[in-house]
Amino acid sequence: MIRMLGRTASGLFWMMRYLERVENTARLVDAGFRMSLTRARTMRSEWESVLSTAGTIDAFREKYDHFNTPNVVAFMIADKENPGSLYRSLAAARENARMTRTAITKDVWEAINDAWLELRFAFEASDDLTDLPNLLARIRQHTALVRGSINGTMLRNDIFRFVMLGALIERADNTARILDTKYYVLLPSSASVGSSLDQVQWEMILRSASAERSFHWLHGGDISPISIVNFLIHDVRLPRSIAYCYDEIVATLADLEVEYQVRKPCHDLAAEHEAHITNSTSEWIIGSGLHEFLIDFIARNARLAEMIETDYRFHA
Amino acid sequence: MADGSTNFDEMLGFGGEVRTPYAEYHELLTKIDPTKLKQKSRDAEAFFRRTGITFNVYGDSEADERLIPFDLLPRIISAKEWSRLTRGIEQRVKALNAFLHDIYHRQEILRAGRIPQRLITDNQAFLPQMVGVNPPGNIYTHIVGTDLVRTGPDEFFVLEDNARTPSGVSYMLENRETMLKMFPELFSQVGVQSVGDYPALLRKSLAASAPSTCAGKPTIAVLTPGIHNSAYFEHAFLADQMGVELVEGHDLRVVDGRVAMRTTCGYEPVDVIYRRVDDEYLDPLNFNPESMLGVPGIFDIYRAGGITITNAPGTGISDDKALYSYMPDIVEFYTGQAPLLKNVETWRCSEPDSLAYVLDHLSELVVKEVHGSGGYGMLVGPAASKAEIEAFKAKLTANPANYIAQPTLALSTVPILTDAGLAPRHVDLRPFVLVSPNCIDVVPGGLTRVAMKEGSLVVNSSQGGGTKDTWVLRDD
Repeated sequence: MIRMLGRTASGLFWMMRYLERVENTARLVDAGFRMSLTRARTMRSEWESVLSTAGTIDAFREKYDHFNTPNVVAFMIADKENPGSLYRSLAAARENARMTRTAITKDVWEAINDAWLELRFAFEASDDLTDLPNLLARIRQHTALVRGSINGTMLRNDIFRFVMLGALIERADNTARILDTKYYVLLPSSASVGSSLDQVQWEMILRSASAERSFHWLHGGDISPISIVNFLIHDVRLPRSIAYCYDEIVATLADLEVEYQVRKPCHDLAAEHEAHITNSTSEWIIGSGLHEFLIDFIARNARLAEMIETDYRFHA
Repeated sequence: MADGSTNFDEMLGFGGEVRTPYAEYHELLTKIDPTKLKQKSRDAEAFFRRTGITFNVYGDSEADERLIPFDLLPRIISAKEWSRLTRGIEQRVKALNAFLHDIYHRQEILRAGRIPQRLITDNQAFLPQMVGVNPPGNIYTHIVGTDLVRTGPDEFFVLEDNARTPSGVSYMLENRETMLKMFPELFSQVGVQSVGDYPALLRKSLAASAPSTCAGKPTIAVLTPGIHNSAYFEHAFLADQMGVELVEGHDLRVVDGRVAMRTTCGYEPVDVIYRRVDDEYLDPLNFNPESMLGVPGIFDIYRAGGITITNAPGTGISDDKALYSYMPDIVEFYTGQAPLLKNVETWRCSEPDSLAYVLDHLSELVVKEVHGSGGYGMLVGPAASKAEIEAFKAKLTANPANYIAQPTLALSTVPILTDAGLAPRHVDLRPFVLVSPNCIDVVPGGLTRVAMKEGSLVVNSSQGGGTKDTWVLRDD
């Protein structure tokens, strides 16, 4: 039995990373847009934190002087020069899908191609801010369709596993970034008083992770930095938590180990990271520095991604 | 609709009366509501876009993906016409393979003085590296797309042999898929031969051409220049339909004397490569050193018999348009028979008498570059302005050997659906041929290309041409 090409594995992995990024960016812009509507006073800093979460703040500063809604929306949605824009991420997802067409099902290809054909023009009309929430909702619908067709039509073999790994690595990274740009809200100093925890701020965090409803469902009125950090980092019931992602990464890599009959260095590294997450309690994380923990995690996650790329011959 | 004058219409002949192959279809067609037909035409377009059946146009600023216009009215060929065509095609393809073997070995045809030496030795497409090389099964062109045109009920001509890298077979298959979706009822009433087993035949044919060193089931791969190539859709489509890998040059490497592809678990040897990369880019060590698309050293493995490359390197010489004019001699020389299919009358501008004639008759002729393809760089005399003809005259006299000229043929027409109803448009036909050591298969169908503009004779998709489904009937 001949294994798939390393380039194909790379295409599948990146197709899904970009698709996940599309979804997360759409959510992030949505959360930022809500903030800008409800709190005109701090609008600038809210958009700044959206851009730094997306890792595009420097590129934005080169292009614009003002952190206002029209600028940020134009930059994050339709800007073809911004590698972090929805346009560019979706184009990259589709390009990778085209490259791996022989590995994905017709349904998956058509779902991605449909998303591209419909959204690319919608992006160009995104300067109409009244339609923005609608556009962002359509993006989430399209990504949900792609995910659904992946789940519903793809064989559970190595192809599927590289797709999953791409989604999980990207999602863990995005959740860590969302938390990190708001880490100051969750500092022990602001938490000690209890009442000073800014309700709108933490709602933005939860909304960016599509977790606000689940959080209320699970925690009722108990809102504290510990409970939010615990939810987004440690709660394996939340599919966007870092612990959930790492549980799934370890399980997916284990499936690959069985399928290929080879254990690779990335298996040990993933296990090590998983243990590191489990062993770092939320109390300890907040006590010793949430920002430091997250920066360290983002670097670890990137190292794991690189190791997967090396171990499975993504590149010549 | 039928102007009844110069052009032969495949549905209405010269006289406007429905021809036999179209009889059943025509009757069914008249029962379809025209607005419904238009709706189906839009549905078909949406289907093509959604499936991603697109091509990239070279020279376009953003390398945009375009759709090739698809027309819903089929081009219909009777079983009798088809069997006549296939006999002619098989004869021609056999002769081509014998010719290619000969010019890379003893060159008997040159010794016999049947074609001029310089046409081979001065030809850029002649690969000296192939001299003395024996490709597996002695086959050079495995996959052929013979371009035919028609001017009357019994008048078929070969326009080009396309023995190098014919493209378009994915359109033959997707056009049929689309028609089956749009008009299932037609297929239950008109007996149309299936084209659907082409990918299986291609796979079988490639496997049968595996090198003799290959034990067991051969590993096959399609080699593409990548997603920005104009025919990428077809490369991916064929790999997918055959269930083989689609590789790019940087996926391959020579490992332990074999060509191998980089998989997630290391390098795995490949036995047969269906390449859609030109000779020049195949191997930077043996050909163009700048090439990023090829595989360093692959040609050495090929010479040693370690891999089959289809079509064989050096095959492109037979697509030369000056050589084309010698095809009747070539067919006769190698098969000992008169050619079953006619060539289009061709003037070689390298010959002074011909050049003089061509210069005098530019406004009536089609002039083509001998190495050209895709409809680029040609002059269609009757459609050209005075200034264009003058400009072309200068190019032609500067380098006559670079051109051939042919009469402007009254290509047959087939109706297409336009906003104003049915209207005749000129067509050609590209059947697809597969050659393996034990047989030649011609799939009953092909790609019918159609000039979408009224009166236009240029059917190339790069110049705005469209396609039609091609039906070969089961019996007459």
